[in-house]
Amino acid sequence: MDTTTDLLARVRSLMGRATGDEKHEESSTSTIDVLWVLYDRVLHVDPSDPKAEGRDRFILSKGHGPVALYAILAAKGYFPESWLDGFMEHGGRLGAHPDRLLVPGIEASTGSLGHGASMAVGVAQALRTKGLSAPRVVVLCGDAELNEGSNWEAIALAPHLHLDNLTLVVLDNHSSSLAVESWRARLGSFGWAVREVDGHDHDALERAFVPASDRPLAVVADVPEGEW
Amino acid sequence: MDGAPMRSSFAAAATELLVDDPRVAIVLAEISEQLFRDARRHDPSRVVNVGIAEQTMVGVAAGFAMEGFHPIAHSLSPFIAERPFEQLKLDFGYQGLGATFVGSGGSYDYASEGGTHHSPGDVAAMLAIPGMQVLIPGRGEEAAALLRATYANGAPTYMRTSLAINDRPEDVAVGRLEVVRRGAWTTVIAFGPMLTRTLAATEGLDVTVAYATSVSPFDDAGLAEIVGDDPHLIVVEPWFEGTSAPAVVGAVAHLRARYTFIGVPRAFIHDYGSWREIDADLGLDVAGIRDRVVRSREP
Repeated sequence: MDTTTDLLARVRSLMGRATGDEKHEESSTSTIDVLWVLYDRVLHVDPSDPKAEGRDRFILSKGHGPVALYAILAAKGYFPESWLDGFMEHGGRLGAHPDRLLVPGIEASTGSLGHGASMAVGVAQALRTKGLSAPRVVVLCGDAELNEGSNWEAIALAPHLHLDNLTLVVLDNHSSSLAVESWRARLGSFGWAVREVDGHDHDALERAFVPASDRPLAVVADVPEGEW
Repeated sequence: MDGAPMRSSFAAAATELLVDDPRVAIVLAEISEQLFRDARRHDPSRVVNVGIAEQTMVGVAAGFAMEGFHPIAHSLSPFIAERPFEQLKLDFGYQGLGATFVGSGGSYDYASEGGTHHSPGDVAAMLAIPGMQVLIPGRGEEAAALLRATYANGAPTYMRTSLAINDRPEDVAVGRLEVVRRGAWTTVIAFGPMLTRTLAATEGLDVTVAYATSVSPFDDAGLAEIVGDDPHLIVVEPWFEGTSAPAVVGAVAHLRARYTFIGVPRAFIHDYGSWREIDADLGLDVAGIRDRVVRSREP
């Protein structure tokens, strides 16, 4: 059995196996620690039963840079590591943006920006409707993705529906051309609990993901500018 | 329900489904919210009004579908078929999810609101999404029947309701043409609310009139059987002229046929009033349709 550290090292090597020089896939290093903490410490998921009703749901809204997610899913056993060799290849299952119909563990087919948050709100409301209080829904958006107005429709709606089973991760690699004065002020004014954290600090991320008790939670994971 | 506004009939049918089937969820963006108060009282967790936010209306519906629900989303046609087009295309079409999207006021039903509220291109847009079923009832009873038949079939379905209704309901089924009148000269296909005026416009002419409430799936076999070996086909459609051409032509592609499409010209409308007045301007009233049908006989 791998230790967590060994497994993360393998994830990093798997990322290299998928990308190679000619298929350099950008926004993966910025997300790997957030995704790792989610899949290793936070989310209740079972790779042997990826559709289990009681699982937590994770949606990579931005869809861009899915290699880190693919590598983690492979390392955790959702699908064979050999799939990574076919990344972006004809006949492969792992595209530059993930396809839920091809990849076990991928909850939503994303890549066109601004779709995941609304779907996550719907999933969170549906879980509540089913009487499932334990599963949580985590959706990850990039800071530049949050230029898309559709996200803010969902961000306005989630507190209105009192979705305390919903967590929004804002992966802030400072790639937005539009400056954001304060995520705390901006998201807080919509009614979200907001925590800002170093996007590479595993322990801090784990603490930040503890659900808020009465409202949706936004975790702003800050990573250095220029990191993709 | 006789002669009731189609939107009310749809809302009543959707409410019945919500009560009967715990997997039904209704997602709204303010429009028609008042028609779903009984549904909301029955189960507020399954009747979600997202506010004036149509992209999120469709996205939230997708979230429900991902959890095994049968969502029914509704707004005016331009705000459900056109504004959140990419959500329909990706969240539902690409992801292989099912739901029913019900548009009210297609084309220029709300003519006095101006072109911002018109959508004669809604069905053409929906047909661009692979797997999207497109239904066009002509009466409230038909809207209810078609909704019941499709809401849980796992496919995305766009159902276009309208202010115009036919004089009487037909026995409709998804993907089935109904022969309403038999004749020898040519075949006229009337879509949805165009049936009553088409029957009036062809009174005394020796034509077959077939009634279609499905654009997709289209009744290929049924049309091929109706038209015979040397067909002349006239289509009366309530949206951009020629929108149904791929379906109609495809159904009889093995035959040498002549076609006349009678629909809304491809131009923005800068006028107001009622849909009846705009219909008359565009030749989609009884007199206008009769004129086009008669002229189509000329060499």
